[in-house]
Amino acid sequence: MFGKLTLDAIPFHEPIVMGALGGAGLIGLLVLAAITKYRKWGYLWTEWLTSVDHKRIGVMYIAVALVMLLRGFADALMMRTQLAMATDGAMGVFPPSHYDQVFTAHGVIMIIFMAMPFMTGLMNIVVPQQIGARDVAFPFLNSLSFYLLVAAAALVNLSLGVGNFARTGWVAYPPLAELAFSPDVGVDYYTWALQISGIGTTLTAVNFLVTVLRMRAPGMKLMQMPIFTWTCTWANVLIVASFPILTGALAMLSLDRYLDFHFFTAEAGGNAMMYLNLFWAWGHPEVYILVLPAFGIFSEVVSTFTGKRLFGHTSMIIASGVISVLGFMVWLHHFFTMGSGANVNAFFGIATMVISVPTGVKLFNWLFTIFRGRLRFEVPILWTLGFMVTFTIGGMTGVLMAVPGADFVLHNSLFLIAHFHNTIIGGAVFGYLAGFTYWFPKVFGFRLEPKLGKAAFWFWQIGFYFAFMPLYILGFLGMTRRLNHTNNPAWDIWLYVALFGALLIACGIGCQLLQLGVSIWQRKKLVDQTGDPWNGHTLEWSIPSPPPSYNFAVLPQVQDIDAFTDMKEKGTAYAKPASYAPIHMPRNTAAGVWIGGFTLALGFALIWHIWWLAIVGLVGIVGSMLARAYDDDRDFYIQPAEIEATERAAAERRALAATSA
Amino acid sequence: MNLMMKRDRHCHPFRWLLALAPVLLAGCQGGILDPKGQVAADEKSLIITATLLMLLVVVPVIVMTLVFAWKYRASNTKAVYTPKWAHSNKIEAVVWIVPIIIVCCLAVVAWRTTHKLDPYRPLDSDKPPVNVQVVAMNWKWLFIYPDLGIASVNELAFPKDTPVNFHITSDAAMNSFFIPQLGGQIYAMAGMDTQLHLIANEAGTYHGMSANYSGGGFSGMKFNAIATNTPEEFQAWVAKVRASGSKLDAQGYLALAVPSENNPAAYYALGEPLLFQAVLHKYMAGRQSLAASAEDIRLAELTRVLCQTPLQPAAAPKE
Repeated sequence: MFGKLTLDAIPFHEPIVMGALGGAGLIGLLVLAAITKYRKWGYLWTEWLTSVDHKRIGVMYIAVALVMLLRGFADALMMRTQLAMATDGAMGVFPPSHYDQVFTAHGVIMIIFMAMPFMTGLMNIVVPQQIGARDVAFPFLNSLSFYLLVAAAALVNLSLGVGNFARTGWVAYPPLAELAFSPDVGVDYYTWALQISGIGTTLTAVNFLVTVLRMRAPGMKLMQMPIFTWTCTWANVLIVASFPILTGALAMLSLDRYLDFHFFTAEAGGNAMMYLNLFWAWGHPEVYILVLPAFGIFSEVVSTFTGKRLFGHTSMIIASGVISVLGFMVWLHHFFTMGSGANVNAFFGIATMVISVPTGVKLFNWLFTIFRGRLRFEVPILWTLGFMVTFTIGGMTGVLMAVPGADFVLHNSLFLIAHFHNTIIGGAVFGYLAGFTYWFPKVFGFRLEPKLGKAAFWFWQIGFYFAFMPLYILGFLGMTRRLNHTNNPAWDIWLYVALFGALLIACGIGCQLLQLGVSIWQRKKLVDQTGDPWNGHTLEWSIPSPPPSYNFAVLPQVQDIDAFTDMKEKGTAYAKPASYAPIHMPRNTAAGVWIGGFTLALGFALIWHIWWLAIVGLVGIVGSMLARAYDDDRDFYIQPAEIEATERAAAERRALAATSA
Repeated sequence: MNLMMKRDRHCHPFRWLLALAPVLLAGCQGGILDPKGQVAADEKSLIITATLLMLLVVVPVIVMTLVFAWKYRASNTKAVYTPKWAHSNKIEAVVWIVPIIIVCCLAVVAWRTTHKLDPYRPLDSDKPPVNVQVVAMNWKWLFIYPDLGIASVNELAFPKDTPVNFHITSDAAMNSFFIPQLGGQIYAMAGMDTQLHLIANEAGTYHGMSANYSGGGFSGMKFNAIATNTPEEFQAWVAKVRASGSKLDAQGYLALAVPSENNPAAYYALGEPLLFQAVLHKYMAGRQSLAASAEDIRLAELTRVLCQTPLQPAAAPKE
């Protein structure tokens, strides 16, 4: 009846897991109780959960990302605590059976369920507004992508309480990830969670590629697209090209595990090396998928807060393109130590180094944007400057590891861990946090409290150096990754320092949670009536904050890269048209919620071999799709009278802000 | 040393550096910056060369970031402000060409050292190498000396200044064979025969490990690599191993293959000279049908026996 699922799957005997489940359950219950008490279920359902508005979907993506950030960071704290305690023969608190799940979950969650949704959320909110569009090309598909991510994230979190997660590291290399060595459901949770979220990501990329190709405002040439939109576009090209490789690799791994195929097994002709190639043919582009949009955010932030046009806009677009193309040709540097010949290793090493050229160009372009600018030290700029210093170091250690001779001793060491956290935190995460602060007033109509924002930045920045510089040193001292306990007195001090750094970052995250609370509390004081709190360059700042559901009452005419600055200078900004035309809008739909729910059921059923539930899930998915396909009531028109009222109110708020300023 | 420090106490401006020296040196001990063999020494100097080359760009970028940010702060109204200036062919040329030049230099270094430090390249030496076959098992290392007819678990020995040729495979998940102070690592994979060439130029006992996560007992998968001072000391170690009494044949291997953790060093006389090849062949389906010579048939038979290797402990504790 329930396949492999029995009551034994719930880890009653693990006090730490049960404590975590209890805590999370309590918070969940409190949230549900609050929603019920304030009678917000209807509002939540009609305005948010079933919304196909790109801005609301974007906000929900970021909400998921922040929750998963807390989960992934809790894993990080557990690992640092374990390693600071399990020294000199001590075994710490987490046995390998638990600890190995923690580091696997940390990697999977931070990459797939924190960074990806954070990036996708910002892209959702900003890209249509930057190109002067009213929504994405396929609004319902956008909602569906989001619910596929939610289903996948739910699976990962279910593994905490039902069964266990993979104990393979986030890369799940076979043959360790095969049935022979991992007979439990952990790897199945991993493969299905990644499969489902991967499909969502691919659909998102297709959606946004069509959006930027077909829905740019009149006059906006491709090379005039704002730089954040451009970097997202390159990231989407990478997604469309690389995620199918992951889908294929995981599908083959699942065939091995479910139907006794032998793609990657050690025996019967299988070859694990094939998996490594496929995994990294996706995995390496994936890091550029994460970091390119962050580069775009830094570009927007630098040019806004220097009050200056971005230096080398075209050069930035080309550099991002070169990074994207080269990013596809370097995957082998993840396994120089697998025994390829010297020619092959040298080729991939040099190809990797070449990526530092366009990346270096980007850094110089940001520098020359600051050059002869008027730099305002707002919170997003702090993240950007912190990034420029930190990421440069991370880039250097990356190029060092691209030299095969050096990689032979640095590979799999904590030096590697320090390097990729240096680029992913110092690059991608700092970028997302800069973007979060930068676009927050656009989405909600009030700014984030700046003092706590600055405190958060400094905790993160200093904490980063305390947490990861010791890992570089530990790598030099010969400490390898994924160890459960150590026995080398020379390492101890650095493990303590790294834990201290992680605690500083915890303070940074605490400041951010507090900042969010304080900002909501003082939203009247922090309000932005103008829609343009930072004196922005691009079209999203030309509309009110929060934007009306249709974004642009009249589609703007674009004549310059900095389209909105151009309008402000020519005096055409906020021009009131003679009349408004009705606006065609997509209607909200619950189809995404249903399909996501049935997908969750299908995934859970496949993991536990509950075949009847798998059929229910599959029939449910197809049925929901058919129902959606035959649903004719999926659009409506906003009438000119309503548009005029909304726009007039916004103009009045703007005028009020101008007189009070 | 102490005397000198006392004498200099009041006049040497950097005496605190001297006092700190043992701490700093101790900080490097045992890692890849404290190499004890030619390969590791070359890899260390490669790391230093490459880092210095890159600092040529990295330091200016970091300094420029801080200087520009400070100089062009909004409150400094004296600084030049050119809001529309966004292009300069000269600057664009410099920012593309300078990194290209540095990457070209690095590329030359990378090409040369990748060939020189290729783990598969036998080391230049007038001494005959010691041959070692390595099998990564759950969760221990088996070292087979085919020429000497001995085998050991989690302990490895060879004379200093003598090249050691490793053939490496795995009879479990993927691992990585790594002795940081002697040089780079190479993966150990089932069905694959990877190679590594190392040498120790100083006598000593060096930490070896698996660098690639391979499951629950991974953290305890460590071994000692002993570089003896003289060939005689090495011969004494060989004699000790051979005299240990236990014999490693097919059945002995199967007993050893049962998953176990934190294994102490163990010594064997090698009862089966084809053991390493058989471990490799275990994973090569259909290979037996090619058997032609008497030795091949014997190998096929041995492989068949080894295919009974247990993958899980007899009574696995429930997690």
